[in-house]
Amino acid sequence: MTKYILQRIVYMIITLFIVVSATFFLMKLIPGSPFNSAEKLSEAQLQIMNEKYGLNDPVPVQYVKYMGGMLKGDLGTSFQFNNTPVTTILADGIGPSATLGLQAMFFGTIIGIFLGVIAALKQNTWIDYGSTFLAVVGKSIPSFVFAALLQYYIARELGWFPVMLWNGPEYSVLPTVALAMFPISIAARFMRTEMIDVLNSDYITLAKAKGASSFQISMKHALRNALIPVVTVLAPLAVGLMTGSLVIEKIFGIPGIGEQFVKSIVTNDYPVIMGTSILFATLFVVVILLVDILYGVIDPRIRVSGGSSK
Amino acid sequence: MKNSKFSLLVVLTLVLSLFLTACYGGNKNESSTTPKDNGNGEKAETPSVPQELKVFESAELPSMDSVMAEDAASFEIINNVNEGLYRLDKDQQAIPAVASEDPAESEDKLTYTIKLKDNAKWTNGDPVTANDFVFAWQRALDPKTASPYGPYMMIGKIANADKVYDQSAKPEELGVKAIDDHTLEVKLVKPITYFKELMAFPSFYPQNKKFVEEKGDKFGTNAENLVFNGPFKMTDWGGPTASSWKLEKNADYWDAANVKLETIQFNVSKDPQASVNAFESGEADKTPKLATAAIISQYENDDQMERFLEPSVWWIKMNQKNPALKNENIRRAIALAVDRKALVDDVLQNGSIIADGIVPKEFAADDSGKDFRETGKYLETNKEEAKKLWAQGLKELGESKLNLGYVSQDTETAKLEASFVKEQLETTLEGLTIEVKSVPFKIRLDLEDKMDYDLLNGGWGPDYQNPMTYMDLWITDGAQNKMAYSNPKFDDLIKQADKETDLNKQFEIFAQAEKVLLEEDVALSPLYQRSVNVLVKEKVKGLVHHNIGGEYSYQWVTIEGE
Repeated sequence: MTKYILQRIVYMIITLFIVVSATFFLMKLIPGSPFNSAEKLSEAQLQIMNEKYGLNDPVPVQYVKYMGGMLKGDLGTSFQFNNTPVTTILADGIGPSATLGLQAMFFGTIIGIFLGVIAALKQNTWIDYGSTFLAVVGKSIPSFVFAALLQYYIARELGWFPVMLWNGPEYSVLPTVALAMFPISIAARFMRTEMIDVLNSDYITLAKAKGASSFQISMKHALRNALIPVVTVLAPLAVGLMTGSLVIEKIFGIPGIGEQFVKSIVTNDYPVIMGTSILFATLFVVVILLVDILYGVIDPRIRVSGGSSK
Repeated sequence: MKNSKFSLLVVLTLVLSLFLTACYGGNKNESSTTPKDNGNGEKAETPSVPQELKVFESAELPSMDSVMAEDAASFEIINNVNEGLYRLDKDQQAIPAVASEDPAESEDKLTYTIKLKDNAKWTNGDPVTANDFVFAWQRALDPKTASPYGPYMMIGKIANADKVYDQSAKPEELGVKAIDDHTLEVKLVKPITYFKELMAFPSFYPQNKKFVEEKGDKFGTNAENLVFNGPFKMTDWGGPTASSWKLEKNADYWDAANVKLETIQFNVSKDPQASVNAFESGEADKTPKLATAAIISQYENDDQMERFLEPSVWWIKMNQKNPALKNENIRRAIALAVDRKALVDDVLQNGSIIADGIVPKEFAADDSGKDFRETGKYLETNKEEAKKLWAQGLKELGESKLNLGYVSQDTETAKLEASFVKEQLETTLEGLTIEVKSVPFKIRLDLEDKMDYDLLNGGWGPDYQNPMTYMDLWITDGAQNKMAYSNPKFDDLIKQADKETDLNKQFEIFAQAEKVLLEEDVALSPLYQRSVNVLVKEKVKGLVHHNIGGEYSYQWVTIEGE
């Protein structure tokens, strides 16, 4: 197991290195200058500013400098936010984004699994149809539509929650609900299908024959086996949610990281493009690793065989 | 044993949920932004209304260092927490701020001597002195500072600014000198008819040398690392990425007696509909600019909506590197073919007006108060004429059809506008095909800079209150020309205007130059002048809007009972 994990970590580092390098060179192909008032700068001024920010160096030199800085934990300073270290921007933004994403993930998954299990146990009843309907709605309507509707009716008209901003737990309720719709529907759909599969399998029949109660069967035998595929689907989704939803954050005025992803590219803010890419890539590979380890926890067969042998 | 793994999962989720609940607390401004505003009946009985204002802005503050700032959001806050020699009043006239009176001009109008108030103070207790101006201006021109706006504003205006910037002169040789603590002398390259208004721009504000040097790299990074000399002081701001900040009345301000507002809480909201929701639920007293026609139409005829004509003009640039666009008939046909009335009334629907020229309306007036725009209207839509000129132009080129690219920005409004212009040009001018390219702002600038376009939708906002800010863009090889336009007659007129010290005469020269540019040469085709639409609660009185520098002044605001 340890060997397996170590091997995976090495792969992880190689993947990250490739992602970071590719992003760096691709980013340099974006036309335009990173300065905000570029239209008003004279040639001489551009020269002086390029010099100050090291943009006059050949791209390979800039690359080596950047990688050197990165290893020391220095991701440079932002162009759009005067003199602000990228690490500060990421650190400030990831809190609200991750809080929101994890909340949506946590409640969404639990509710989704619950709906899926109920639907599978009460197959072809109105409960099943109701839960399937909810899942379809949640999957097909984008979260920002829910966000706009919740904000208008629940906050503006009924006044139950604040309309926007990020000043305490009550501010996170509506965005969490809007963001949770997707994980709910995904979890419910997968859970239902898997659960029905498992319930029809031989070992469940055996368990029934041994005289186990139906509650015991569903909880102890069926649920655990049905969870594996759900974990596989939800893990990458978690990264997406944690790193922020651009539109949800915009609608609810949440100072998260979602917007930085897009804005940095549109404004040619090179250090922030790099910073957000590194953060996203790292979270992604780490979550994939965690998923693999979680498999072992849920299903011992995987842990024993690991990645090396069958 | 088996169950232990399952319980591990449970423990994991518990830990996760603990982490979740511990994750709030980035912002600490609950008190002023909670939606429940009044608890007990007390509020109704007290005669005085709390002088508090809640403002929503559409962007963060990239920089609070007046030397480094370059964007509207920053300029606005800097203008409310700091001040320069003069500041703009509600009629956009410059009134003395740190200066105690109007400047004394030398006979050649190249040297200004300005007396400073002796009761202007920084919030750290220091007096505001002439040296603070000298320090800030020299700092703005130091190449090591790499200020984006400082050199842009000073070069060509302040004596030796260009030489100090390229280091061929020492900083001390810059045309700004402290005669004594309360007397400042400014030397200019040329007479500037709008000198006082220019001094109201944040790039010319003073800075406290002791404070800036003490803080070093930390200067301006958050509210604690700033020092103020304006009507308000910033008491809560986490830095350039912060999405909220707070201003409080500055009791040490020389005119504090006339500042009624106690606090202003700012929050960032980038979604117009969300801002309107917050406005309706009482979480905001003022919204950011509302650009969407759908939202604006809901508030048409509502007293809460305030509309200002912005001095921001949008036009179609025609790149004369393209042989077809070098043809004057083709250019004139394009300029006359777009129904601009339909553009502003039916497409934009936000109070924007037709641009009759390059210089906007309600922007600059001569000594008698006459608006510059009254000097003439150019290139009024005339589709019949356009068709004739187009046919003639094609004949001269020996072509039967033309394909032209149209570069436009990728905002919702710009896209809408581009498809309208395309439709208008293609239906009016037979044989013309327009290919619209909607690109982000930075890419547009890059294409413009490389002159890699045929037609381009661009615009310009002013940096100082004189038509020159729009007119000198088009001189031969000018940094903003970028469309291969060149007419020695136009260049000459601009040079003349630059030297003219009499405002009325200068306006006459500008009027001639604009006529050459648009009527004679059809160098570009003006489309529209933009309007600003914001929602402001009726209890807010005395909010002042400016065209240049900071957009709003809050120091004269009072909150009245509803």
